[in-house]
Amino acid sequence: MEILVCARRVPDTSENEITLNSAGNDIERDELVYSINEPDNYAVEEALQIVARVGGRVTVVTVGGEEDEEILRREMAMGANHGVLITDDVFSGSDGRGIATILKGFVQKGNYDLILTGVQAEDGGAQVGGMLAAMLDYPFASLVNSIEVLEGRKLRVSREIEGGNKEMNEIDLPCVLSIQTGINEPRYVGMRGIRAVASVPVPTYGASDLAIDPSAVGEAAAKVKRVDYFLPALGKGAEMLEGSREEIIDKLVGLVAAKGGLK
Amino acid sequence: MARIFAYIAHRGGVVDDSAAELAAAARKIDAGASPTAVVTGWGTELDSVCNALRGSYAEVWKIANESLAYPNAELVRKSLVKVLPVGSVVLVAHEHFGIDLAPGLSIKMNAAFVSDVLGIEGVEDAHLKVVRQEFGGQVSAHVLCDISSGAVVTVRPGAFKPLEGAPVGGSVTDKSAEIGVLTASRRYLETVVAESGDVDITKHNVLVSIGRGIQEKDNVAIAQELADALGGALSCSRPVVDAKWLDKSRQVGSSGKTVKPKVYLACGISGAFQHLVGIKGNPFIVAINKNPKAPIFQVADVGIVDDLLEFLPELTNKIREIHNVAAKRTA
Amino acid sequence: MESIQLAAQVTPWLASGRTLFLIIHFLGITCFGYIVAMRLVPLLRAERDFRFDRPLDRLGKVLKFGLAQWKHPRYRTAGILHIFIFAGFICLVMRAFYVLIVGVSENFVMPGLSGQAGHIYNIITDYAATVVFLCMIFAIVRRLAFKPARYAVPEKFGKAHTADAVFLLALIAILMLADSLFAAARAAGPIEQGQAVELLATWSLPWMLKGLLSSSSLSTLRDFYFGAYLLHEVTFYFLLCYRPFGIQFHVETSLFNLYFAKLERGTVKPVKYGVSEEQLAQAKSIGVKTFEDFTWKHMLDFYTCADCGRCSDNCPANAVGRPLSPRFITIKARDYAFQHYPMFGKPTNHQPLIGNLYSEDEIWSCTTCGACEEECPLLVEYIDKIVDLRRGMIDDGNVPQSLQKPLKALESRGNPYGKMEKKRADWTNAKDFRQSCPVKTLDGKNHADTLYFVDSVTSYDDRIQSIGRATAKILDHVGDNFGILGAAEKDSGHEVRRFGEETLFMALRDHNVDAIKASGVKRIVTADPHTYNALKHDYTDVPPVEHISQVIAREVKSGKITFKPVENRDSVYTYHDPCYLGRHNQVYDDPRNVLDAIPGLKRVEMSRSRDRSFCCGGGGLMLFYEPKEEQRMGVKRVQMAAEAGANVIVTACPFCMVNIEDAIKVAGLEGKMTAIDLAELAEKQIVRESPVVEAKGAAGIQQESVAGR
Repeated sequence: MEILVCARRVPDTSENEITLNSAGNDIERDELVYSINEPDNYAVEEALQIVARVGGRVTVVTVGGEEDEEILRREMAMGANHGVLITDDVFSGSDGRGIATILKGFVQKGNYDLILTGVQAEDGGAQVGGMLAAMLDYPFASLVNSIEVLEGRKLRVSREIEGGNKEMNEIDLPCVLSIQTGINEPRYVGMRGIRAVASVPVPTYGASDLAIDPSAVGEAAAKVKRVDYFLPALGKGAEMLEGSREEIIDKLVGLVAAKGGLK
Repeated sequence: MARIFAYIAHRGGVVDDSAAELAAAARKIDAGASPTAVVTGWGTELDSVCNALRGSYAEVWKIANESLAYPNAELVRKSLVKVLPVGSVVLVAHEHFGIDLAPGLSIKMNAAFVSDVLGIEGVEDAHLKVVRQEFGGQVSAHVLCDISSGAVVTVRPGAFKPLEGAPVGGSVTDKSAEIGVLTASRRYLETVVAESGDVDITKHNVLVSIGRGIQEKDNVAIAQELADALGGALSCSRPVVDAKWLDKSRQVGSSGKTVKPKVYLACGISGAFQHLVGIKGNPFIVAINKNPKAPIFQVADVGIVDDLLEFLPELTNKIREIHNVAAKRTA
Repeated sequence: MESIQLAAQVTPWLASGRTLFLIIHFLGITCFGYIVAMRLVPLLRAERDFRFDRPLDRLGKVLKFGLAQWKHPRYRTAGILHIFIFAGFICLVMRAFYVLIVGVSENFVMPGLSGQAGHIYNIITDYAATVVFLCMIFAIVRRLAFKPARYAVPEKFGKAHTADAVFLLALIAILMLADSLFAAARAAGPIEQGQAVELLATWSLPWMLKGLLSSSSLSTLRDFYFGAYLLHEVTFYFLLCYRPFGIQFHVETSLFNLYFAKLERGTVKPVKYGVSEEQLAQAKSIGVKTFEDFTWKHMLDFYTCADCGRCSDNCPANAVGRPLSPRFITIKARDYAFQHYPMFGKPTNHQPLIGNLYSEDEIWSCTTCGACEEECPLLVEYIDKIVDLRRGMIDDGNVPQSLQKPLKALESRGNPYGKMEKKRADWTNAKDFRQSCPVKTLDGKNHADTLYFVDSVTSYDDRIQSIGRATAKILDHVGDNFGILGAAEKDSGHEVRRFGEETLFMALRDHNVDAIKASGVKRIVTADPHTYNALKHDYTDVPPVEHISQVIAREVKSGKITFKPVENRDSVYTYHDPCYLGRHNQVYDDPRNVLDAIPGLKRVEMSRSRDRSFCCGGGGLMLFYEPKEEQRMGVKRVQMAAEAGANVIVTACPFCMVNIEDAIKVAGLEGKMTAIDLAELAEKQIVRESPVVEAKGAAGIQQESVAGR
């Protein structure tokens, strides 16, 4: 099975403290540590497990610049067969739809049975997978937490819905799935593995390689634009209890009892 | 101003708060707007849904088709594309069905898409200004969305308070005939219900809920003791389940259970949205967290900045003391 | 003098005695040779191991641990028993050869043992055989009736080894019996014939047997003589050929194993001997994934294990119910070797070890405390094997999720918590501290002679930061010109290496070595034993390093540090030896001397102390791993402190502090037991002269300290 995973390099939320920069128009980007978007990593692991079961190859693609290459190498160190960088100045400022348009161009150059994305990235958009599927007219399922390959170019997938329940679906190939974290346990990528792929060439593709009309992507074409970043205004918020721990406990017990919390 | 529609997801004929929330959100887009609810489904379930929606919407479009009996995002999308006018603004709740439906819908409607909106500041020059969050809720952002050719907007559940006021008493329009024959390359098979485990947290009035701040499996006992002392149950946020410290049946949140306790103690929980969305019914929320800037303090009623590993045992002891005194008195 | 017919001359059945015994010799030796050759086959396919250097040091180890049985008395009964048996065997060696040869060459006399020397030797061997025989009986009874716990085999590891042990013990007893019977019959002969008695040692086994035989007829004696000899031969060769099939192989392999034993403490073997670090990146596979990836010395370890169980008996992971039992790491590997390299047929090999022979948790459970290696009388090595197995798992990407996060954080931020580099020196900014003890960062503008290498846990953990501040204050007090690397410091990588991520370790190490060199310091001090061990053994080309306890001890002696008396005279203190300060680096006395220099401080020793100290649970990455266990190691340790009558545990390692303070809570001893770091305690008790008080105060304190000792 030919599997394509669309990945993205993002500031690592667990190893960064996100603060506003001094100008107040962006987050402070100095000293940010970047890594592959966590759900995308789960997607790559899932792809690797699928090809281990049924054969095939895994390609990881990202839209960005030179600095984004490192995630491709990391996923290749993990076991992906190919890493591809799609880069072109005309792509910068693309919104989610623009990214999906670019990826569509790449997908149409190849012959992929299955396309995976992470369920969402740091901006919480959760959109590229669904958009890409609609553009390609491929069936789509989001929040996928298990994949079973069936006979006859079909998959059995489960989606995570409320209450921890799973919605079981059958979906035809080729399709697009967005992968939820926790679907598997990603294998560790050691530093040695990363060094070993440090000089593996990563092919790049631009707008003309993918027959993408520049007017359809980039900042000018973007219909959704972020204007600024700001810290959420502190609403009424909680009444903070003060005093010694003993005093706080006394107050708290009183409040809880009043609300019917003590049997 | 384009026409505003709200797609209402429902379960088993029951409509939840999202219907009224979407109506409120529509008003924020355009104060004078009268949004139209759109529902899909089949049979008596769909009819009772339409009925219920008449309270919040002046017009309800009903799309009935046997293939839509179970909501399949692909089929729903195809039917909406047939029915909705070009250039409409469509609101959908940002939950698992909305995530499935909305992005593809925006492409097929050739409309803009913006997701997980938790604030709307109005329209200016065919641009809708909304508020979103990024980086797990650590920062907010204003986003401009060009709605000149329509838009699909997913709305964060609970972000918009339902409007007060008398029921609208809307009418139901049947649009079922317009959709034609529907086929999809994805087919619903069944729903596998999560194993309930020994405790049903949805049935408890007092919940002691733990998050990453509990730090390790062995500390879970500290919270369990407090839950026992209070006569409540132990629940948790997603990271605790991912770490396998508690069973999935204890998880509160968008991918876990929805709970409606009277008292909710959030211990070492940062307050990520996906967790909070599982708390309904406006309980008394107590937040205990080492980090005074934790987002949970925005939504809690009472906040305590302390090390929960030290605070909880003392609280447990105090409650036991109170029970002992009470027991002695009645003895 | 016609004495009893010598065995060689006996003609049983058809062949002559000599021929018979020649055949037995030939068969026995050939068999043995073949068996040993087969046992060597896997070693020839094993990885390289450079163990041929420093022959004198190696010989020293053979003498100390082999001849002098240095470690055996650590378990008194078994130890003394074994010393007797071993001594007996040493005495009997030449006799054994004599007995073997005399069957084919009847007049054979051992060179140098004719006449008087020979008689004395015979007396010695008579007693030796007796002692060995009695020891065998005692050992069998001990195995069957007293069943020491460490011999027990947990169900998951198979059947008990008792039957095999008793069988071997019995065989040796029979050998001794046969030898004694042979000697007795031979001596009894002349009596029968009214000739001079060949002296036997009084009350020895041969002597007693001779007494029993003295009334027998000559022909009976001949039968006994021949029978005993034959029994001896057969038993001897049976044992010889049977030994390589079990734990008794250590009789042959132990001297080699001791000779080739590891000479350096605290180090970890290179990934592959003979492969440079640069070449490692090209290697297709690193670490131990199949049996053949072990080095020949490690395989020799598997053969040499005597199944005594002392390692597992002292292993803290084993004690708390983790899946690890060092003894079975070895025994399982040995059985694997026997099974896959059979006597007849082709070797079947290259099966992955993890998942088949060992479980992942088994290998991740080890805290590398070194208790097993400290205990093993045959110097079997464990830590290098565990690290090699981990290297293999890391290479395969097979790492528990709980460890992936800190490893990734170490890679991107240089500390396992993922905290920002620029905050690494924030501990120096604590309000009161900053004014009284400013700590300079050696960033090119500032210089110093001494580097205080703080390391990650002390830099970022808000409880442990106070150890950092206490250490800085002590260095300041003794007038050391010191500084820290601040944001330029990355984790020392000590546990990164021992968890098998060698490449990440090298990156951290290279970064730190560059930073240390750039700072121009001449000496390094640290309060973290893991850092100490890394800088001392894992890093090359850095200035000498000391642990703060050594600094304090030295300055107490020099008089630069004096202590005021403890506040609470009722507190009972006990010192917990951190694994990487104590066992691995043998710094036991300096911390104790520091404590004893504090007037009025009551100190007790836990029953497990010094090189028998019980690991607190592990440091570095071990803090992030979640093992399946019945109890926390720290909780056990805290209970040991309580049993010793202590209510304050003093330790000299930040990880011990984290684990022990945690354990005090989990054990429910909050309020009854506290923990304090040696540096914190010392700093608190240091007498700081203020000019006014000096004359009177110092004298008064000196009086007290004399009284307090």
